Amino acid sequence: MRTSPGERLLDLAVSGVLWGFRILLVAAILIGTIATIRAGKYTSEQWIDFVVFGISQGSIYALIALGYTMVYGILRMINFAHGDIFMTGAFAAYFLATWMNGTGFIDSYPILGLLIPILFAMIVAGGIAMLVERIAYRPLRGAPRLVPLISAIGASFFLEYAFRGFFGPGVYAYPPIKALEGEWDILGIGILKVQVVVAVAAFIMMAILYSIVMFTKVGKAMRAVSESKDTAALMGIDVNRIIVSTFALGAAMAGAAGVLYSLIFRQVGFFMGFTPGIKAFTAAVLGGIGNIPGAMVGGLVLGIFESVGPSLFLEGLGITRPYQLKDAIAYTMLVMILLFRPSGILGERITTKKA
Amino acid sequence: MTTLLTATKVTKRFGGLVAVNAVDFEIPEKSIVSMIGPNGAGKTTFFNCITGFGKCDEGEIIFEGTPTQRLRPDQISRLGISRTYQNIRLFAEMSALENILVGQHIFLHSSWMSAVIGTPKVHQEERIALAEAQRLLDFVGLKGQGDMMARNLPYGAQRRLEIARALATKPKLLLLDEPSAGMNPRETEDLTAFIRQLRDELGITIFLIEHHMRVVMGISEHITVLDYGEKIAEGTPAEIQKNPRVIEAYLGRGAATEGMATAHERHSDKTNSKLR
Amino acid sequence: MKKENFLWSAVKTGLIVGVVAIFICFVGMVEVFSKRDVIEKLITLGQFVLLAAMFSAGFIASRHTSSLLEKNKPVSNLVAGLVAGLFTGLVLALLVVVGAEVNLRAVFLNATTTLYDVLTLDKGVGNVWILPLIGAVAGLLGAASLLLPQILRRPITQALVFVIFMAFFSGLFRVVMINQGSDMSKAAKYLFGQTGLTLEGTLIFFLGVIAVSMLWSYKGKDIQAGVTRLPKAGRLSLRVIVYALIAYVALGLPQVSGPFIAQVIVTVALFVLMGLGLNITLGFAGLLDLGFVAFYAIGAYTVGLLTSYGAFGLQHIPFWVAVPIAVLVAMASGAMLGLPVLGIRGDYLAIATLGFGEIVRLLAGSDFLAPFFGGPQGIIGIQKPCLGTLGPFIRVDVPRVCNGLELGKPQDIYYIAVVSAVIIAFVAWRLRESRLGRAWMAIREDEDVAEALGVNLIQTKLLAYMLGAAFAGLGGAIFATLIGSIFATSMQLIVSINVVSLIIVGGMGSIPGVIVGAIALIGLPELLREVSEFRFLLYGATLIIMMLAKPEGLWPSQATRRELHHTEVEAGVKA
Repeated sequence: MRTSPGERLLDLAVSGVLWGFRILLVAAILIGTIATIRAGKYTSEQWIDFVVFGISQGSIYALIALGYTMVYGILRMINFAHGDIFMTGAFAAYFLATWMNGTGFIDSYPILGLLIPILFAMIVAGGIAMLVERIAYRPLRGAPRLVPLISAIGASFFLEYAFRGFFGPGVYAYPPIKALEGEWDILGIGILKVQVVVAVAAFIMMAILYSIVMFTKVGKAMRAVSESKDTAALMGIDVNRIIVSTFALGAAMAGAAGVLYSLIFRQVGFFMGFTPGIKAFTAAVLGGIGNIPGAMVGGLVLGIFESVGPSLFLEGLGITRPYQLKDAIAYTMLVMILLFRPSGILGERITTKKA
Repeated sequence: MTTLLTATKVTKRFGGLVAVNAVDFEIPEKSIVSMIGPNGAGKTTFFNCITGFGKCDEGEIIFEGTPTQRLRPDQISRLGISRTYQNIRLFAEMSALENILVGQHIFLHSSWMSAVIGTPKVHQEERIALAEAQRLLDFVGLKGQGDMMARNLPYGAQRRLEIARALATKPKLLLLDEPSAGMNPRETEDLTAFIRQLRDELGITIFLIEHHMRVVMGISEHITVLDYGEKIAEGTPAEIQKNPRVIEAYLGRGAATEGMATAHERHSDKTNSKLR
Repeated sequence: MKKENFLWSAVKTGLIVGVVAIFICFVGMVEVFSKRDVIEKLITLGQFVLLAAMFSAGFIASRHTSSLLEKNKPVSNLVAGLVAGLFTGLVLALLVVVGAEVNLRAVFLNATTTLYDVLTLDKGVGNVWILPLIGAVAGLLGAASLLLPQILRRPITQALVFVIFMAFFSGLFRVVMINQGSDMSKAAKYLFGQTGLTLEGTLIFFLGVIAVSMLWSYKGKDIQAGVTRLPKAGRLSLRVIVYALIAYVALGLPQVSGPFIAQVIVTVALFVLMGLGLNITLGFAGLLDLGFVAFYAIGAYTVGLLTSYGAFGLQHIPFWVAVPIAVLVAMASGAMLGLPVLGIRGDYLAIATLGFGEIVRLLAGSDFLAPFFGGPQGIIGIQKPCLGTLGPFIRVDVPRVCNGLELGKPQDIYYIAVVSAVIIAFVAWRLRESRLGRAWMAIREDEDVAEALGVNLIQTKLLAYMLGAAFAGLGGAIFATLIGSIFATSMQLIVSINVVSLIIVGGMGSIPGVIVGAIALIGLPELLREVSEFRFLLYGATLIIMMLAKPEGLWPSQATRRELHHTEVEAGVKA
């Protein structure tokens, strides 16, 4: 064999570093977990709290992840601006809800007071996404992959700072919904009502989206386009229209997620989309990008991991204020999945060639 | 004559689809061999297995005594296998000369440090490389077009540049994937002569995939026919032309040999229009 | 296919531009910009932006008309321009009328009375009718500009651009010129007012540029021919003179400009340096590294820990030793992080590296690692570089004395940055012309094919990644020294995006492009307070527009230019 020793060393180094990462990660998780459980600092009730919070947050990630996954499935492009679409939805709902709150509408009809802002957020987010697609993505279809990605990064910053210009750099507090305050007693455990409502709402939305994709004509067309644009066009499908509706549908989900997110965290600001956006992307990759049920599973897994993780394995490692590194857990997961299993948990779509 | 490359039971699957199914194959040294078969028969996949583009799932490929299936494409190219592509894949934003220079990459050894410092050795090496690139450019008939950006070259010139780039790696085995696609009869004839010249003058073994029956029958010493990933026939051009299974694969039962050539012409026309 | 009526298309153009104009108003640009004048006491920048919108509405409509009618029909073109401008004005007028009735401010912070005053030229809502009127006139002018013969259009455009440029930088020029002595100071006061150009200054610049431009279009060919006809030695010395001039300006500028501008120039130089580094990774090898800031942070923290006399300083190593160490550390971490991720491709790589960048920032700012990196408090008290010997090491919290020249001012650091940038530019240039550079570009173009030609992907990519990391580390190290402190919060993704944007604007793979990009994206917004508020908005827009219109950048790399030249020659031959 004519490989130089240097090259062999390099190959060795690559696998060495990869294995090093793996072992380090597994060891950290194991040691941390064992140490935490031994210390017994948290009661089982607290753990359940963490998990429930993880589920409601994860369901939001899942909802955002759907948009990434659908767009990637059809265009093989990372819609970097998707997180900011989520933010636009939150803003839209904030203004409507504040006005409705002022008139006392929300207090008298809490369900409508929740649903109407969600609907409005979905419409606004969908509309903005369609605009972004038309201006920043459509003309670049077929260009080398980095070109639309850079354009998407541009769109992301444009949206963020346009909203900063519109509404200022401050953080707005989403109006409180009285009906959602307090806890429900489920199987003897007190669980915050908001978290339950958010998770349930997210699951309903996902179910709706899933049935749209699986059972309607548009959904069928979407799946056809994601298989092959050319063939779909030959079958008489208006590919452009399908792509736009994919964007709009994904964005509507993100917009709804924006409202749910504001319900939990009660904060609406121009930069709020960045971190959830990246995390939702992580969720999408985790579940196998291009795969809709995968995005849902990925979101939940990520949400729970992120919520339980700091207390479970970081604290056990003797890390002070582990929740500061909550985001780092998500990013680490992102890097690790991209490294070791780019096809994700459920995904078969992306081979290493495509990834 | 010794054998340059031996493939045994090469199999490649894409999910449930078996693209290449247990194909045995041999290339004698300094020969011109071809592989034909209808579209989607697995010819390019087989090519990819040889060059390491997509690893084959089963079987063994041995090149000059070295098993290649566990090597990366760059290592395989260093063994002396080079190729061209069905849908020309030049470095579009680089000049013709730079394209060939990339082909010489494996023969240049200056480290990045010495390149930054600009040692005399580096200059020497670059000079030689440049002269060699110019020579190859002349050899394929692109004299004076070295500064042209690859994407701006005319179609035929791009095909030739791709061959020049492949030759720059000084291959022992050159794989040509439909080299005559998109060429007019005149250019095809030139190409046939050129391929012969490669073998006769440079002693390079040629393995080609081709749809143009006139080219295949004209220059091949040995032909293998693939259909649905299976080898259905092999032999000399004369044997292949008479083989009933081949005719059946191409035209369905009962068709005449006469029709085979025309069908192919039509077929390659379709490929051409797509490429243009 | 039935053709659209040109009038209807003009109306649509007018409405769309009107919506864009409202966007500009609501984002806050108009109000902020109206604090600066283009021409003193005559027209503010805010008004100018709106005028420009109406003007371009006219221009676009006029061009659209030409393409619809398949030829220039002066009357139709002018009518279309007028209509488009009118509708843009109407949309804005509508905004004023609605704004007077409804409190839009409840939602849009910038829907202020000041905005309405700017829109109505301080004449009150009653006089809102002047808006469409102005729009119509501006639109008409825009349409007319299309009909101008080429020979006039070019000089006028150039003159307009120049005047706007001068207006933007009037403050800067004024300060620089006043510092030069009394004669210059008088000239400065004649040309530049407190907030913009004076009327006289505007006229002088406008007419001057037109004159020069006309002269160039008549005599330019002769001058060019004269230069090419020069003997080789003559051309060489001409080039040397030009380079010397550039060097003189580059080196002298911070001395004459005063501390504020010096600071800006240092920042530009730093970003040039980092841009050149990332240009190897992104421009040559085509690897989009959004985690560039991680290595910047690593370089900065290394220098910080090694030289700081604050709480976290380990040793007071001299700057000159600490920087190479920082570069090596950054390079080594580039190798560590690069080794695993370089196997994944394209857009996934971008996201993975982004993840790295965020992890590094979170770790550096966390309380967990605060005992080492200072957590959110950061590292302070980074020692300035010293030309000469350092006094003895006494205690960690006592700075070592510099026996010699301490390079503490931004101007001094500027020279360090410039020298580093020159070195990096040289390295980048040499590498591009080498086998490695060709391999990088081959990977950028088609990595499968490059691999099949014998290029070891991992090895080659890793080198590009490591060099990029090393130069990022150098940038971070110099930055830390310049500021004297490091905070994890300044290691945001935005730094990476900054660098990526300037490379893209300048032209991927092009070394002069990086300089142009850094001046345009870092320098200009820093100099213009008004613009700096909207810099990220403008970055976003710039990235999109560049991708749509000019993916090769403002200053394309040599190969692209050579090629453009080539086609020109061919065209010349055919003609």
